[in-house]
Amino acid sequence: MEMTLTVNGTSHTADVEPRTLLVHHIREGIGLTGTNVGCDTTSCGACTVLLDGQSIKSCTVLAVQVDGQSVTTIEGLAGADGTMHPVQAAFREHHGLQCGYCTPGMVMAAVSLLAEQPNPDERAVREGIEGNLCRCTGYHNIVQAVLSAASAQEGGS
Amino acid sequence: MIPAAFDYQRVDSVDAAVAALGEHGDEAKLLAGGHSLLPLMKLRLATPSVLIDLGRVQELSYVQDRGDHIAIGALTRHHVLHTSGLLATDAPLLAHAAGQVGDPQVRHRGTLGGSIAHGDPASDLPAVLLALRATLVARGPEGNRSIAVDDFFVGFLETALRPDEVLTEVQVPKVTGQGWSFQKMNRRAQDWAIVGVACVLSGTAAGIGLVNMASRPLRASATEAALAGGASLADAAQAAAEGAEASADLNASAEFREHLARVLVRRALEESAAGGRSAARV
Ligand SMILES: Cc1cc2nc3c(=O)[nH]c(=O)nc-3n(C[C@H](O)[C@H](O)[C@H](O)COP(=O)(O)OP(=O)(O)OC[C@H]3O[C@@H](n4cnc5c(N)ncnc54)[C@H](O)[C@@H]3O)c2cc1C
Ligand code: FES
Ligand code: FES
Repeated sequence: MEMTLTVNGTSHTADVEPRTLLVHHIREGIGLTGTNVGCDTTSCGACTVLLDGQSIKSCTVLAVQVDGQSVTTIEGLAGADGTMHPVQAAFREHHGLQCGYCTPGMVMAAVSLLAEQPNPDERAVREGIEGNLCRCTGYHNIVQAVLSAASAQEGGS
Repeated sequence: MIPAAFDYQRVDSVDAAVAALGEHGDEAKLLAGGHSLLPLMKLRLATPSVLIDLGRVQELSYVQDRGDHIAIGALTRHHVLHTSGLLATDAPLLAHAAGQVGDPQVRHRGTLGGSIAHGDPASDLPAVLLALRATLVARGPEGNRSIAVDDFFVGFLETALRPDEVLTEVQVPKVTGQGWSFQKMNRRAQDWAIVGVACVLSGTAAGIGLVNMASRPLRASATEAALAGGASLADAAQAAAEGAEASADLNASAEFREHLARVLVRRALEESAAGGRSAARV
């Protein structure tokens, strides 16, 4: 089925088999491999992308379901000149990652959380990333990074 | 994991969905948020040959004040329920419980209608609709019909919906001065409930729905009757597992589930009687 998807601002039209999962269309069809597959069972959040601004797990959405919509992946966050998004910068600053496998999904979940709740407390951050598993960090630095990104965004706006 | 191949059809109205169901019969499945159906299809536990995607049916996505009740379109997503101002004042139990489903990503995709039509006893929102004594509206080739929630859940993953019907609306009666509570016992954030309790209480009139205590979402009828007959909250809660047929799995034995039902129903009744949670805590 022919479908069009805007990914990080660029429109892509392709012939896609209906059973293709969005994450495979993004990785193999469009060639953006920043979005990872972890569990493939809607549990780990590694495949999280933004659909029209909201976090979703792209391993549990058919590509054809989002025909005509707009997706943001981790590759779409930084500015054209390479300036990191405030959430990315905060993850680096606070060392919110170790192996990095969960990181693209974790960052996208955090971006969606901060869009909905610009000023979360620590509990809201922990609950806001409950759909994302990290096997390395113990979450502490991730939570610190998200809190710091929230105050950076507050300060910047 | 990739689902088995299927034909995909997107519809833009309820009538088109009903017509498509009529055309394809048993081979077809409706697709709403896909967060129950797609995991089953990826595991090849479900292999429909036609998927009819309701995702763009705009007429099914709303939360409306209808005077004595709130009407909610079947395609309304959990996140919208959780953040709805109307539900926060008029059906705070539903708004709160929707915020306990899965995780934020799941709540951005999953829909109320899908959650109800799937008929999973482990789901949170069917128990909430039992507590609230909701009415469900379905549309088929002959038009609309209303189904009381008590007649809706028939068996494991089995509902009163006919194969050619689309669930279109959930109607929740407005009741003022009701205390409410939602208790969900799970081991980890994001997990499904081992046992859950949805409860509303005004005076001695209670509505109590149980999650995961039988092959279908279950009303705690014995507790409701005991309260109506004047029993204390604690005594009434002792009857919470009467009529239940809890299953055993890796998370809990049947006996532990029955124990949880009694404890959680008592907590739910006590919290409801204490005025319930305030809207601010939704
Ligand atoms: C990781 C994860 C965690 C979850 N945790 C929870 C939880 O804690 N609590 C909980 O309650 N749920 C949980 N869920 C399930 C979630 O709430 C689903 O969204 C919901 O059960 C199904 O809604 P859906 O819109 O995704 O339905 P779909 O998957 O699209 O459909 C489910 C079924 O309903 C049918 N259907 C859908 N819409 C209609 C309609 N309008 N009329 C007739 N039939 C229809 C479909 O044909 C299908 O058979 C979880 C899901 C996942 C993936
Ligand atoms: S890969 Fe999608 S949630 Fe784990
Ligand atoms: S940094 Fe390794 S899984 Fe999170």
